[in-house]
Amino acid sequence: MRTTTSRPADAPRTSTVVAALLRKELRVELRSFEAVPAMSLFSVTTFVLFHFALQRNALSGELASGVLWVTLLFAAVLGINRLFVADAEQGGFDGFLLSPAGRSALLYSKALTLLAYLIVLELVAVPGFALLLLQPALWPALPGLLAVLALGDLGIVVIGTLVGALAVRTSVRDLLGPMVSLPLLVPVLLCAARASSPVLASARAGALPLRWLLTLALYDLVFGLITFAVFDFLLED
Amino acid sequence: MYGKRLRPLALTTFAALTLTLALAFFWAPNDADQGFLQKIFYIHVPLAIVTLCGFVYGGIAGIAHLRTRDSRWDMRSYVAIHLSLVFGVGVLVTGSIWAKGSWGVWWDWSEPTLVSFLLIMLLYATYQPLRFAIEDPERQARYASVFAITAGAFVPINFAIVRLSTAYLHPRVLGDISGNLPGRFQVVFYLSLVSIGLLWITLWRYEMTSKHARAQLRALRRLLAGDDDDIPAPRRSAVPVLTASARPAGEGGGVGSAR
Amino acid sequence: MAVATTTTVQTCATLPHRLRSSRQRRPAARAGAAHPSAGRATLAALELRGLTRRYGERLALADVSVSVEDGQTLAVLGPNGAGKTTLLRLLATLLRPHAGEVSVLGHRLPEDGWAVRGRIGLLGHDPLLYRELSARENLQLYAALHGVAGDRVELLLRSVAMERRAQEPLRTLSRGMVQRVAVCRALLHDPELLLLDEPRANLDPAASELVEPLIGRESGRTRVIVSHDPVGAVAEADLVLGLVRGRVRVLATPAELDPESLVELYR
Repeated sequence: MRTTTSRPADAPRTSTVVAALLRKELRVELRSFEAVPAMSLFSVTTFVLFHFALQRNALSGELASGVLWVTLLFAAVLGINRLFVADAEQGGFDGFLLSPAGRSALLYSKALTLLAYLIVLELVAVPGFALLLLQPALWPALPGLLAVLALGDLGIVVIGTLVGALAVRTSVRDLLGPMVSLPLLVPVLLCAARASSPVLASARAGALPLRWLLTLALYDLVFGLITFAVFDFLLED
Repeated sequence: MYGKRLRPLALTTFAALTLTLALAFFWAPNDADQGFLQKIFYIHVPLAIVTLCGFVYGGIAGIAHLRTRDSRWDMRSYVAIHLSLVFGVGVLVTGSIWAKGSWGVWWDWSEPTLVSFLLIMLLYATYQPLRFAIEDPERQARYASVFAITAGAFVPINFAIVRLSTAYLHPRVLGDISGNLPGRFQVVFYLSLVSIGLLWITLWRYEMTSKHARAQLRALRRLLAGDDDDIPAPRRSAVPVLTASARPAGEGGGVGSAR
Repeated sequence: MAVATTTTVQTCATLPHRLRSSRQRRPAARAGAAHPSAGRATLAALELRGLTRRYGERLALADVSVSVEDGQTLAVLGPNGAGKTTLLRLLATLLRPHAGEVSVLGHRLPEDGWAVRGRIGLLGHDPLLYRELSARENLQLYAALHGVAGDRVELLLRSVAMERRAQEPLRTLSRGMVQRVAVCRALLHDPELLLLDEPRANLDPAASELVEPLIGRESGRTRVIVSHDPVGAVAEADLVLGLVRGRVRVLATPAELDPESLVELYR
């Protein structure tokens, strides 16, 4: 008698599958260093570019917030481009699709992987930014900044996983990734930049504007749901 | 299926548009502040509304495609988005003209509609390149539907967020839709909205009919050739492929199935 | 060297028994014996009726009908572009049929694809393995994906004589060794149906022998083999399907098969 659930009775638990996939991602990344070093290096180089382009030694408030977020966004796009490449090139999609594992497991593992990339990126980029371009001290601003980074990262992860999967099996994957993800990430940039500018202000640092954090959180939620709903359709051949 | 009632539809649209233009120029009073230039509002705002609805419809057709796997839905989505892109350019152009006429600048960041539109157009401009970059027609349709759904959801959300962000500057909204408009303005505005809506629908149906006709022609050619061994490899294309099962049944003339 | 060979031969000799007995533990009985048809629509392992798959306006597979019983081997032959790989991927539930009926292991596709994943093993041109990971790590990943116990990984690695090089990243191994690991991957979950696309490509004769009890006729599994070697394929098949441009040109048992028709296929 067939069960009414859409998975066979002996299908592995999603958490086990996600853990195994995550282990694979981290192993592959640690051995090939394809994404994270490039992202981190790129962010520092971009700060240098901004110094020369804006002709400023120190930034604060809105300008600082903007430069930080644009840099993070562009570095993230590098990561998004690499996210599914190993699977597309080494047959990982087929291997996964042939197994009875639930399809969302791949989504969760990729999203967590991208999040891990972003966290490592920020561990380099934020202190780098504080060192090179930020005028006010970083330490007092850190709690507020971390809150914004958390929600912003979530937005990048949600959009990035979707667009990464969309772009990887096209003939112009490296171009399509940024082209499609950047407009979708503008609201994230908008909310994150507005939220972090009072935190990075030079004169008495302002309070964290909840309105923008809330908007960002809502955006993350809506697109999280959309990504969850459509992801399976991207996996099929 | 799409070819029926095209002519009466087209005539109605033409009539509605003519009436709108006539009323806009001769009947509606000139705006106290902006004078004659304000009349662009009758085109700009309805164009914007219709374009946004078109994009959202593209997303809905995308959902239908994913659920039914019927290539007709993909075609509907493609035509809707493609048409709305064209209308969207019109929105940006008319908005720019109005901004220049009213405030002396071609672009104004504090105008939320224009800014949202710029963003939406930048996103949808990637639709065709995305389709073109995927050779397998079935996968192309599926990925395009996923894009249409994501972008379709993005449209209203983006609008809300940009409006929120400009609310704290000094918004110079190009048009207070409905509500605050006095009598004659309202009549012409709604009439314009209806006519531009009709224009979109007419153009959409024309394009759908044309694509269907072309697909049926190709099917006929294949039938006559007897075997599809001789189909030359198709050039890469961003246009959806209407497959045999998608052909509307009982079409006048009895083309029959592709087999 | 001699010791290694002897050990290998011994392992080889006992392995089919060990592998076969693990399959006996399954609730569904195996090859030839009557099995409970609970939940199954038909008794045939594979049942295709009018299967059609399009690629845009062209037909990749057109009106393919064939029936394969449990434990039988179907050889699929044909020139390039005949649709052989498409057929295999379709049976593996990676592609959906556009028309016709497909029943794999008693379940209709694509609706019941979820019920047969994990009972099908695919061995194609692509080993489906990550080059940066070792053989063991790759197989452990697949074991987790399929919900299979870890000790099967070791069992299979030994059966293809890869246990000594199981720690090294796959990119350092030769193509033949990678293919052996791919065989392990395909068999990890003890599938009832094997879909093989030129399985012995890249394998030297010794490796071919090692792999034979796992994917050959004695394994007792239902098999679909795509091959470019008509003679070899027909020799081990119960049924031969010849495709040209997606259409069935030959469908016969090897006994009834007219050799001329095979030659015609490739003309």
